[in-house]
Amino acid sequence: MTTNSLWQHIKPRVGRLVFWQLALLLLMFVLWHVLTAPGLLPNVMFDNDRQAAFFFGQPLEVLGRIAHWFVLDADIYPHLAVTLLETVLAFGIGTVLGLGFGLWLALSPLAAALAEPYIKAANSMPRVILAPIFAVWFGLGVASKVALGVTLVFFIVFFNVYQGVKEVSPTVLASARMLGATQRQLLRHVYLPSATSWVFSSLHTSVGLAFVGAVVGEYLGSSRGVGYLILQAEGAFDINTVMAGILVLTVFALALDALVGALERRLLTWQPKTAEAEKL
Amino acid sequence: MTNANAQADGSGAIPALELAGVTCRFAARGSAHASYTAVSGVDLRVGAGEFVSVVGPTGCGKSTVLNVAAGLLAPSSGDVRCFGHAVEGVNRRAGYMFQAESLMPWRTASANVMAGLEFRGVPEAQAREQAKEWLARVGLGGFGERYPHQLSGGMRKRVSLAQTLVLEPDLILMDEPFSALDVQTRALMENELLALWSARRPAVLFITHDLDEAIALSDRVVVLSAGPASRPMGEFTIHLERPRDVAEIRTSPEFVALHRAIWEVLRDEVLKGYRQQLAA
Repeated sequence: MTTNSLWQHIKPRVGRLVFWQLALLLLMFVLWHVLTAPGLLPNVMFDNDRQAAFFFGQPLEVLGRIAHWFVLDADIYPHLAVTLLETVLAFGIGTVLGLGFGLWLALSPLAAALAEPYIKAANSMPRVILAPIFAVWFGLGVASKVALGVTLVFFIVFFNVYQGVKEVSPTVLASARMLGATQRQLLRHVYLPSATSWVFSSLHTSVGLAFVGAVVGEYLGSSRGVGYLILQAEGAFDINTVMAGILVLTVFALALDALVGALERRLLTWQPKTAEAEKL
Repeated sequence: MTNANAQADGSGAIPALELAGVTCRFAARGSAHASYTAVSGVDLRVGAGEFVSVVGPTGCGKSTVLNVAAGLLAPSSGDVRCFGHAVEGVNRRAGYMFQAESLMPWRTASANVMAGLEFRGVPEAQAREQAKEWLARVGLGGFGERYPHQLSGGMRKRVSLAQTLVLEPDLILMDEPFSALDVQTRALMENELLALWSARRPAVLFITHDLDEAIALSDRVVVLSAGPASRPMGEFTIHLERPRDVAEIRTSPEFVALHRAIWEVLRDEVLKGYRQQLAA
């Protein structure tokens, strides 16, 4: 087999996408390692050998830290549990509130007109700035982080539900009314299902924001959570641990997003897929 | 009242539908004072068991008349009665088949047919049974579990038809239900509609712009004048024998004579409507 035909065999294509995606990840880690390992490359940027490692961390150290967290010392679990609990609570409460208010305002134009300027104001305000206030109100525990996450999630879901209800097909609505649906039944059988597709497109964004709310809240003041671990490590200039925390958070954010995706596929089976034909 | 004593010209004891002096005026967009009169002084009767078609040029307010009869639109002035009772709010004795897609996309075909029964509080098992029966009757026995996007346009219309007929309405309002279908499917659907209609003989008010379709299906054809402020301006009783085959009947000399007579009246209105559209 010549090199050329070998390349033909393994070159990137749809079927082998995962392989190449992993290869890209590995490449990035190798690059990271080569650029930061003390003494491996001649110094160009820094005064001494160890400075690159000090600023950017080293992948092997980072992975070692993660291994200690999860297996060797197994001491990250309480922190992770707190962060995930905060995320899930913020996500759940924010979604339910957004759904409720979205439905309510979309269905009563007067309330919507009345609330409009305040909703706009609340949405355009940088809400992270509320974190200190929540810390005063709810203490340094879980509640203040959940409150911050809720303010982030709420508006995303709210605007999407509002839009979703406004975009219900007038024909479907009239048809349901002619079939004898009461106002309640319209809500349950027309507005809600119609809004769900909009809600789900917003859930991907909002699960990420719930995570942001939890971690930023922890970072600004807490005694537990992955954000707290990162803050501690940063205080000690332990960049490897900071990087390890970021990696762990990223993986869990991806996992949560996948979970929402799976739920979406289950609940929205009625939606047409863009490409239903398959190449043989 | 039974269908047997209904008279073909709609002058029976209590008409299924009676519009008296119905005028609909809409506030023009952007201006509170300017208004547009869609229909003005419409008198229309549909006897119990009678099949009446309304034809007219585009934009003449045919759908407005239908929406008034359905109770989806309250007229600016005039009386609407259904079997002698004034229509207030949605007309509960009427079924409506829309021109646009009216199926709920998040429900399967069978769940769509069940919807009206469900809204009316029929027990689920019984509703499911009836839906199955009606799907079979419109030729979709094996398609109950498909979602609307998995069905062709003609199949979706069949589901809509079953959805309307399963409630056994005494009055069926149809707004160009087959206008989006290709010619062959359309002829097929028209024949099936006639077959289903003749089994129970509800009153039908059928809106169409297609004169052939109107004559082939109806007991009576009403011609609406060009808008604005359109009103019925001609009425023709169709004495063609039933049962009819809509494809074959079109070549019979009586059909051709009727077509010519109605077209005499309709042509001027179509031209008038066309000129108005160009001027607008």
